[in-house]
Amino acid sequence: MSQAAAWAYSEKVKDHFMHPRNVLEDPDAYAADGTGVVGNIKCGDEMMVVIRVDGEKGTITDCKWKTYGCASAIASTSVLSEMVKGMPLDEAYRLSPKDIMAELGSLPEHKIHCSVLGDKALRAAINDYYARNGRPEKVVEEEARVVCQCMNVTDREIEDAALEGARTFYELQERTKLGTVCGQCEEEATDLLREYVEKHFGG
Amino acid sequence: MVEKQIYLDHNATTPLHPEVQKAMSAALEVFGNPSSLHGFGREAKQLVDGARDNVAHLVGAAPEEIVFVGSGSEANNTVLSILACPAQHCATSGTGRTGIVTTAIEHPCILETAKCLRDRGIPVTFVGVDRHGKVALDDVEAAMTPETALVSVMTANNEIGTVQDIKGIAEVAHRHGALFHTDAVQAVGKIPVEVRELDVDFLTCSAHKIYGPKGVGALYVKKGVPFCPLIRGGHQERGRRAGTENTIGIVGFGKAAEMRAQEMGEEARRLLELKAVLRQGIEERIADVAFNGHPTDCVPNTLNVSFDGVEGETVLLYLDLEGIAVSTGSACASGSLDPSHVLLATGVGPEQAHGSIRISFGRENTMADVAYVLDTLPEVIERTRRMSTAYARRSA
Repeated sequence: MSQAAAWAYSEKVKDHFMHPRNVLEDPDAYAADGTGVVGNIKCGDEMMVVIRVDGEKGTITDCKWKTYGCASAIASTSVLSEMVKGMPLDEAYRLSPKDIMAELGSLPEHKIHCSVLGDKALRAAINDYYARNGRPEKVVEEEARVVCQCMNVTDREIEDAALEGARTFYELQERTKLGTVCGQCEEEATDLLREYVEKHFGG
Repeated sequence: MVEKQIYLDHNATTPLHPEVQKAMSAALEVFGNPSSLHGFGREAKQLVDGARDNVAHLVGAAPEEIVFVGSGSEANNTVLSILACPAQHCATSGTGRTGIVTTAIEHPCILETAKCLRDRGIPVTFVGVDRHGKVALDDVEAAMTPETALVSVMTANNEIGTVQDIKGIAEVAHRHGALFHTDAVQAVGKIPVEVRELDVDFLTCSAHKIYGPKGVGALYVKKGVPFCPLIRGGHQERGRRAGTENTIGIVGFGKAAEMRAQEMGEEARRLLELKAVLRQGIEERIADVAFNGHPTDCVPNTLNVSFDGVEGETVLLYLDLEGIAVSTGSACASGSLDPSHVLLATGVGPEQAHGSIRISFGRENTMADVAYVLDTLPEVIERTRRMSTAYARRSA
């Protein structure tokens, strides 16, 4: 077996997979200021992120995580947990899978959906911190609604795809990867696509 | 990269047997078209015919009942497609029946073909299995209708190794006037498979699962049963599969079949022992495990095990980094998080299905390999469980 064949991921992914940082070993023993859990085991992945916060500075002082997920989820959340230490809450809230990917080097394209759980769980943890600390006004309601749970595709992205020219479910899938896992969202997504096409191009 | 490399994924594919490699290297010199009448052609035809004898011998068929095709998947597609053909007046069509009865745990090349035929209006029934992956004869019986043209049930399952009562199911099919096909890709070369003894009409096998090359399969077609080619336009394979023969691949298949006939019996006993030691070792060293598949009606080389609270792909990749190659039932690597359809059909929950790995032994594996796995696996499972939300909840 050649070296190239030996590992399909970057060295950094491999390192974080082999030596994951900031794993939360015992949730009961950790005094978290905010906890976020997303995903579920039936779909094959689940992520828990806990944070400690310096309330005066408004920064994250510690971040730990736990997952039932694949190598990509492990590596990307491990990297995320290092990135957010010392980071202002607002900045951490805006982190996207793209930022994590930039830090991590690349993942195989079909594995990118595995890595969205970490930042989602982080946002849930930050919201939880605000809610616990009497600042519900800071809790950001996700404006977009997730239509495809597996690939984390929102109604917003469907609208964008419609604007970019997607007209069929297949074209929608090509752009967003929506419905490529369990396929349960096909009907809803097709209806939404029709609505958005009507809204922007109907006549 | 670790030095040690242990291959435990023989149900996915097998390395070439050294004798197969030799036979194929020699066949590289032979370039003639087996259909040509001149000496070059006759030389090639002789090689193909010799291979046909060996493959026929391995499954107890007559040589003229063996059709070489491009893969096991092609053989399976051929049988389903031709038997469900609605043409009434076609010279090769059978009874005019079109219905198909198959099972929920077949390989995707059967399942997807059957679903496609169903979309075209052909009645298809998927019979379920019990918790060990066994098909009940009564369930097959209940699925039969006067429309049923074909019953197709795999001999051994690729993921859990469960072996079906093929003789019994064939009897049910025939009693209802239907033909019977078995996908024996995972059984041929591992356990004795005799087409006359089982009384099957069609049987699929593949070279690369028995230490032969990729890209060659064989379909046994019983003398006298209706047949129509999937790939038309040539008289090769007695008009049953057009396209110039893959001579070198077929030679490899023939040699692999010959070697299987010699080595299979003793090897089966050896692999059963490896499996028993591995299974017992896992039970002793790792808590919260469940073994999937039938405890006795199983091919000797396959062990499928679920670990509570872990995701199979993570275990696979940690083992890969330790030089151990196994497989998962779930196909996360191919972009899908769907758990194994086979395990779900046996009634296990999604978590047990996601947490499964398949270990499939082969002719080069030794007790030392088992010892290495037993040294490595507990730590990998422990490491994965320390990270796991699911295992934390479970042990809380």
